[in-house]
Amino acid sequence: MSTTHTLSVLVENKPGVLARVSGLFSRRGFNIESLAVGPTEHPDMSRMTIVVKVDQLPLEQVTKQLNKLVNVIKIVELDPAQSVQRELLLVKVRADAAVRSAVLEVANLFRAKIVDVGTESVTIEATGTADKLAALLKVLEPYGIREMVQSGMVAVGRGPRSITGAALRALDRSA
Amino acid sequence: MTESTKPITGAQSLVHSLEAVGADVVFGIPGGAILPAYDPLFDSTAVRHVLVRHEQGAGHAAEGYAQATGRVGVCMATSGPGATNLVTPIADAYMDSVPVVAITGQVPSASIGTDAFQEADICGITLPITKHNFLVKDPAEIPRTIQEAFHIALTGRPGPVLVDLPKDVLQAETRFSWPPAMDLPGYRPVLKPHGKQIREAARLIAEARRPVLYVGGGVLKAHASVELRRLAELTGIPVVTTLMARGAFPDSHPQHLGMPGMHGTVSAVSALQKADLIVALGARFDDRVTGKLSSFAPHALVVHADIDPAEISKNRMADVPIVGDCKEVITQLAAAVQAEYDAGHRADLTGWWTQLDSWRATYPLGYEEPADGSLAPQYVIERLGAIAGPEALYVAGVGQHQMWAAQFIQYEHPYTWLNSGGAGTMGYAIPAAMGAKMGRPEATVWAIDGDGCFQMTNQELATCTLEGIPIKVAVINNGNLGMVRQWQNLFYSERYSQTDLGTHKHRIPDFVKLADALGCVGIRVESKEDVDGAIEKAMAIEDQTVVVDFIVGQDAQVWPMVPAGTSNDEIMAARGVRPVWDEVEG
Repeated sequence: MSTTHTLSVLVENKPGVLARVSGLFSRRGFNIESLAVGPTEHPDMSRMTIVVKVDQLPLEQVTKQLNKLVNVIKIVELDPAQSVQRELLLVKVRADAAVRSAVLEVANLFRAKIVDVGTESVTIEATGTADKLAALLKVLEPYGIREMVQSGMVAVGRGPRSITGAALRALDRSA
Repeated sequence: MTESTKPITGAQSLVHSLEAVGADVVFGIPGGAILPAYDPLFDSTAVRHVLVRHEQGAGHAAEGYAQATGRVGVCMATSGPGATNLVTPIADAYMDSVPVVAITGQVPSASIGTDAFQEADICGITLPITKHNFLVKDPAEIPRTIQEAFHIALTGRPGPVLVDLPKDVLQAETRFSWPPAMDLPGYRPVLKPHGKQIREAARLIAEARRPVLYVGGGVLKAHASVELRRLAELTGIPVVTTLMARGAFPDSHPQHLGMPGMHGTVSAVSALQKADLIVALGARFDDRVTGKLSSFAPHALVVHADIDPAEISKNRMADVPIVGDCKEVITQLAAAVQAEYDAGHRADLTGWWTQLDSWRATYPLGYEEPADGSLAPQYVIERLGAIAGPEALYVAGVGQHQMWAAQFIQYEHPYTWLNSGGAGTMGYAIPAAMGAKMGRPEATVWAIDGDGCFQMTNQELATCTLEGIPIKVAVINNGNLGMVRQWQNLFYSERYSQTDLGTHKHRIPDFVKLADALGCVGIRVESKEDVDGAIEKAMAIEDQTVVVDFIVGQDAQVWPMVPAGTSNDEIMAARGVRPVWDEVEG
C-alpha cells in the first residue's frame, strides 16, 4: 500500500535545481503529488516541500537518490502528526445577490477570507490541510466554482527545533 | 597559491585551471563556441591536446584514460552537435562510474535560449547522465568550477561531470587565482563505514558455511585489490569478480571462481545461487548478474558494502548495509573477522569447497572447435591473452568478443581490463584503447573489437597514427553482429534479421586495406596456424598501430548462458548442457 510522505528538501539556491529534483523523480518513476519551493531564512538556500505517494522502500530509494544531487543539502521526512502542513487555495465562486450571504457564511465557517468581490462572484482565499480545503470545495461546489487554483503543500516541524541549523553550518563551512 | 597579476581571459583561466588541477591530456575537437579556449591551449606545455576525429571518440578516450590510470579523463567539444556527440560516452561513464570531465563550449550568454546557431541545452540534455554539471556564467567562477568538477568526478562514487562555458565567458577578462575554495555544501560522500555494521558483517562472515565474496567495479575504483586479497586469503572464502571487476582479484588465484552473471562460469553463478552469505563489495546486483531477481540466491543473507548509499537495497535487500569506501570497508572487515576467529568463531568451509571444486571440475570454461572448420574466436582471444600476457591492457567493445575476452584472458592485475559494462556501448574499444595508451604509454594496449563495433569508431585509428599513440587491434571478424545473431539463433528461430554485416560475404570494408589507409599495419588471419605468428608480429611492432583482422566462424556462441529474464538456476553450461544440482543441500 502506497502512503503519502512529505519531504522537506533544503537545496542550494541555484538555477536549475528544480529541474534536477523534478527530473530525478520522473526518471526514477516516482510521481510527485505536490511540490512547493521558496526562499528560506538563508539567501543561499531554498526549501522544497515535496509530497509523494510511495511505499516505504521506494521512498528510501528516492530519498537516497535525491541526496546524491550535489545541490541538495538536506532531506527530512515530516511526520504529519509532528508537523504543521498547509496548502493555499484561491477559489472563485459564483455568488449573485441571492446566495452571496450563504457563500460568505461558508467562508467564515472555514476561516477563509474574501479577497475579491464582484457582482457575479466572490474569490475566497483559504489555507489549511488538503482535507480541510477539499471539504471547503465540497461545500462550495453547489454554488458553482468558476475557477480555482491551489498551491503545493508547505510544511514545518512542530516544536523549537529547526532543520536548517545544521545545513546552515555546512553552508558556512564551505563558504 | 597562484594569482595572476594582470587580467587574463576566461579561456586562459580555463587552461591555467586545467594545468593546476593536473590534467595532462585533453581529447577534443575545436569549433565555434569553444574556439577561444583553443587559443591558450595551443601554448600550454603541461596540457596536451589530442585532436580526435569524432567527439564520441574524445569521450571514450577520456574514459579509457581514466579507467587505465585512476585519474580524471578530460574531453572537450564545441556547442551543439559537438556537445551532443559526447552524450553517448558521458552516459557510458555514468553507468560505469568513470571519472570524466567534459568541457563544452556554449553559445554566448545573450544568445542562450534563442535557438542560436549550434545551440543545444547540453546541461539539460546531460542532467540524467552526469553526476553533476555546471553552466558557468561568470569568468571569475572558472577556477572554482574546474576544481569542483574534478573533485566531484573523482571522489565518492566516481562519474562524469560536464562544464558548459558560454563563448563570452571565455572571452571576458578575469583574474586567475589557485587554489580556489570549493563551495559544495550538499556534497559529502561517506567514506568511513559504521563500526557496528562492520562487526555485524564480520560475525556473519565467521558463521557462514557457504559464503561468497561478490566483487564489483567499486573495488577497482577504491584501489582495494591488495586489501581484497588479504580478506579473501584470511577467510578462505571463494571470490567472484563481475565484468566491471575483472582483474581486481587474480584469475590464477585458487579461490577465484571467475565471473558471475549471464555469461559467467557455472561455478561462479552457482556459488552465488547456493550461497548462505553474499558479501557484495562495490557491486550493484545488476540484472546481468542476478538473472531473474526474485529467484537470485534465495538462501543467502546479504552484506552489501558500497560508497553509494542508493545502491544498497536498490535491487536486493541487504541484511547488513555498509556505506563506505571499499578500501576502508575491506580493511576494517578483515580486522573484525580476525577478531571473530580469535574468539574461536569460524565455520568450516571444507564442504563448501568440495562442492565448488566439483562444479569447477565438471563445468570448466571451454568451447568447441567450429564444425565448419572455421577459426574459433575463443581460440584467437585465448592465444592473444597468452602471448600478450597479464601485463598488457585489454580493451573490449560490446558483444560476443567482449564476453570471450572477459572469459578467456587471464587477468592478474587491476586496471588491465577495460570495457563498457553498464551501458554496453558498441564502438567503445578503439577510442578507449587510445585513451588508455595515452595514460599508460609504457603498456601494451590491445583493443579487442568485433567487426560491428570496429565500424562505429575506427576513424580514431587516424588519430592514433597521427598523434603517435600506437595501439594494437584484434578485430574478431565473424561477419555479423554476433551477439544479436546468437540471440536470433537461440530465441528467434534462426531468423537472422539484419545481422549480416557483409564483412565476410563481400569483404566490405577490407579491414587490411582500411588499416593501411589509416596509416596502420594491417594483417589478416584466416587459419588457426597463423594466429600466434600474427599476434607475435603485432607485438613486435612498437611504433605503429596494428590491426589484425581475424576471420572467425560466424556460428560460435558465448556459453555458459543464463537467458535474459530467467533464473540463474536455468544456466546452460553449453548448448543443451544443463548442470545438475541435486547434490546441493538447500
